[in-house]
Amino acid sequence: MDSCVITFPGSNCDRDMDVALKQFGFKNKMVWHNDIELPKSDLVVLPGGFSYGDYLRCGSVASKSKIMKSVINFAKLGGKIMGICNGFQILLETELLPGVLLRNKYLEFICKNVFVKVNNKDNPYFKNIKKDTLELHIAHNEGNYFCSKEQIKEINDNNQIALYYSDKDGKINENNNPNGSIKNIAGVFNKEKNVLGMMPHPERMIDLDLSGEDGSIFFKNLINNLK
Amino acid sequence: MIVNEQIAIDHGLKKNEYKKICDLLERVPNITELGIFSAMWNEHCSYKSSKLHLKNLPTKGKNVIQGPGENAGVIDIGDDDAIVFKIESHNHPSFIEPYQGAATGVGGIMRDVFTMGARPIANLNSIHFGSPQHKKTKNLLRGVVHGIGGYGNCMGVPTIAGQTSFDESYNGNILVNAMTLGLVKKNKIFYSKAAGLGKPVIYVGSKTGRDGIHGASMASAIFDEKIEEKKPTVQVGDPFTEKLLLEACLELMTGDSIIAIQDMGAAGLTSSSIEMASKGKLGIEINLNKVPCRETKMTPYEIMLSESQERMLIVLENGKEDLAKKIFDKWNLDFAVIGKTTNNKKIELYFDEKKVADIPVDTLVENSPIYDRKWKKSKLPKKIKIKKEDFKNLKVINILNKILSSPNICSKKWIWEQYDHTVMGDTIQKPGGDSGVVRVHGTNKAVAASIDSSAVYCWAHPLSGGKQIVCESWRNLIAVGAKPIAITNCLNFGSPENEENMGEFVECVQGLGEASLYLDFPVVSGNVSFYNQTKNIGIKPTPAIGGVGLIKNYKNMVTMDLKQTDNILLVVGKTEGDLNQSLFARDVLNEKNGPPPEINLFNEKNNGETILKLIDKKLIKSSHDVSLGGIIIALSKMCIKGKKGATLKKPNYLINEFEYLFGEDQGRYIIEIEKNNFKNVTEILEKNSVHYDELGTVNENELVINDKSKITIDELIKSHTNWLTNYMNK
Repeated sequence: MDSCVITFPGSNCDRDMDVALKQFGFKNKMVWHNDIELPKSDLVVLPGGFSYGDYLRCGSVASKSKIMKSVINFAKLGGKIMGICNGFQILLETELLPGVLLRNKYLEFICKNVFVKVNNKDNPYFKNIKKDTLELHIAHNEGNYFCSKEQIKEINDNNQIALYYSDKDGKINENNNPNGSIKNIAGVFNKEKNVLGMMPHPERMIDLDLSGEDGSIFFKNLINNLK
Repeated sequence: MIVNEQIAIDHGLKKNEYKKICDLLERVPNITELGIFSAMWNEHCSYKSSKLHLKNLPTKGKNVIQGPGENAGVIDIGDDDAIVFKIESHNHPSFIEPYQGAATGVGGIMRDVFTMGARPIANLNSIHFGSPQHKKTKNLLRGVVHGIGGYGNCMGVPTIAGQTSFDESYNGNILVNAMTLGLVKKNKIFYSKAAGLGKPVIYVGSKTGRDGIHGASMASAIFDEKIEEKKPTVQVGDPFTEKLLLEACLELMTGDSIIAIQDMGAAGLTSSSIEMASKGKLGIEINLNKVPCRETKMTPYEIMLSESQERMLIVLENGKEDLAKKIFDKWNLDFAVIGKTTNNKKIELYFDEKKVADIPVDTLVENSPIYDRKWKKSKLPKKIKIKKEDFKNLKVINILNKILSSPNICSKKWIWEQYDHTVMGDTIQKPGGDSGVVRVHGTNKAVAASIDSSAVYCWAHPLSGGKQIVCESWRNLIAVGAKPIAITNCLNFGSPENEENMGEFVECVQGLGEASLYLDFPVVSGNVSFYNQTKNIGIKPTPAIGGVGLIKNYKNMVTMDLKQTDNILLVVGKTEGDLNQSLFARDVLNEKNGPPPEINLFNEKNNGETILKLIDKKLIKSSHDVSLGGIIIALSKMCIKGKKGATLKKPNYLINEFEYLFGEDQGRYIIEIEKNNFKNVTEILEKNSVHYDELGTVNENELVINDKSKITIDELIKSHTNWLTNYMNK
């Protein structure tokens, strides 16, 4: 499986993602934001970080980078694109995904493990995944997902909600909402489910010596689904 | 403007210093030159009051590649890998403008590390605030934490450990010390020594603005009620630009274009150009019109003294300009050839085709003033006498809860959850343990780092206090299974012109030196911050020590969380029950007198080395050093982390219960071992003449001190975790 990770000025989880993808069998290439064409890829990843220093709005300047034209085209042709954290913010700015990410409710950066409930397994990212809730890691300042009432209805009706923040048993309530996201939403798909954006970092959970191993479950499942 | 004595005094120079400048130049300096002298000769850059004493510190060792004098220290960790590390203070700016002050402190120390060719892999910090009741404390704490996070998180470097304390002596002068570790290949270390004639001098990074002018002088001034007026001297940080600068510099460093490189930190272009010239015994000529400026009509004086952040000065090989420029263009950074190296050992500045400064480098560096300040020797205070009736109405559990929830002991999760501590994917021990630990990417090795200070001990007796912190740093590394290698120190003190404060400095440094020499734990880098005081009152002497150690196989790392019910707990090291200067004496008995606990360097070394042997043999399941609050606080933290309980045994010798549980005798660890290893472990301890006591056993969920005193782990967790969050959200 071929994958690529796009590096924007200010990306800082690009290497971590490269390490993770390779660990689970992807042939990964790094792509510079100023490039025009994507290499042949089964998966394109927009990594976490602070692209363009989060100036203007998180992800906004990066969404206008040269490479993004190809990324958007790739998405429209059904290519698989995954945005993690800042990558999610960039995908929202391109409007490939619905909604926005606001500043965390308590106005503080949060770095910790959380549980997320997988809401939809009928897609290339979570199909066949054995667990219903995953323990993943978040590290962000602007992860407070928000959208209009109409949009919420629409993404709900289209089954576009990928992940909810929950407790370890998958219970969803305000106590396990780390950042104030509407309905505890931690990740969403586009209508066609080929584009996924999520705040948690699966690439930081690929090793028992780190924070845990549920990220490994995610990546192993992902590469099998894409085969 | 014609320079005179009054203008020199306004620049923070003393009368005799101004006279010396005129004598050295054999003329009156112009205003640009005076600015340069004032920047180079202030305490922050010249170390004029500390130099005489710092030179006694042990700085060499078999693993030391580079000691003090460069941008940072460098140690060998085997297999061609080296760790570059240093700590630095940003106290005054952080008090005036907490967010930017702390942020640029973090930015500055990371620059020091990547200037040497190392990719930063871990950040630490030691931050100290006034009394929680003081009206400024909460906002300062919030601002500093946001600033440290704002910068470090954006850079993508994990913040893996830290220390926070509250003490009223910091009410008017907080401390913000930041430390960075970087990883480099031994043959790819870059230094700041210029070499060769006619080599291009390159400016890269952000543009120069009017921010931070006289920052270094401000750092060397005493705070008074007009301090708010100094706000414009605080620099403004841009971590995004620094991230680009990091990547661009490391990219250029893969080749052989760079002869010397120096970041523009305190005193900006002035100190960077002069240090490079001085180390290379060369001159440097700069055309100031070529310096990229952010603002219009900047004068030579302003350009030379600006402390705009995220800038570097590089001496390149001839003919490498285009190649270098291409890299900096790729990262959207300014790049300008602003001058060249010369052989006349002078710093010569041109502006609008006129020579605006002409100073022999020696006069600025080698002839800078050195003071042998007067200092007062301190006496060892008499031991406190506690009467039996003082213990009478005390209940162990109440005191335990009180101390666990006190500002200096409670969980600092509210702080470290705001720092990205997992980015880079190698953090194997997160904040909240004895040391932070990161793997050396792609290898089996890991590097442990801890940061410590004990202002109360240093205040009670600077010599013992100085020794104690080095020992504590050593213990914190041992406790996770790391072999201690070297330290960096950040020496925060009051005014060197005050004999008592100077005495505290001299004796702390002496203590620090003695311990680091004995433990073979040399000082490879550091920073002195004087004038930490408000009006005439200095802070408690607060040397902060950053220790670094190596774990050869990271699978052998030890953590402090209790692992398994029925395992045996031992206290390694002798418990005499010394309550002098303990948290118990100060917070419960309200007794502030007495000497700090005694340091026995032989035991310290022997106990530590024996613990490492046990860890190597995989005999230790968890371990934790015993420090503030004594055995019971250390054990409670192990219980909290592991969500397990412990049942204590009665000590097998006669000792008062409070002294046993809360005494702060040094050189001790609590270790958890398996029952069937008891004989094996105790034999090794005995063979090495290490004292140990059986503390008790691990149980499911309750800390049982005796029949009458017990507490569930859930209650302990509650006591420990809530104070800071409640305080900040109140």
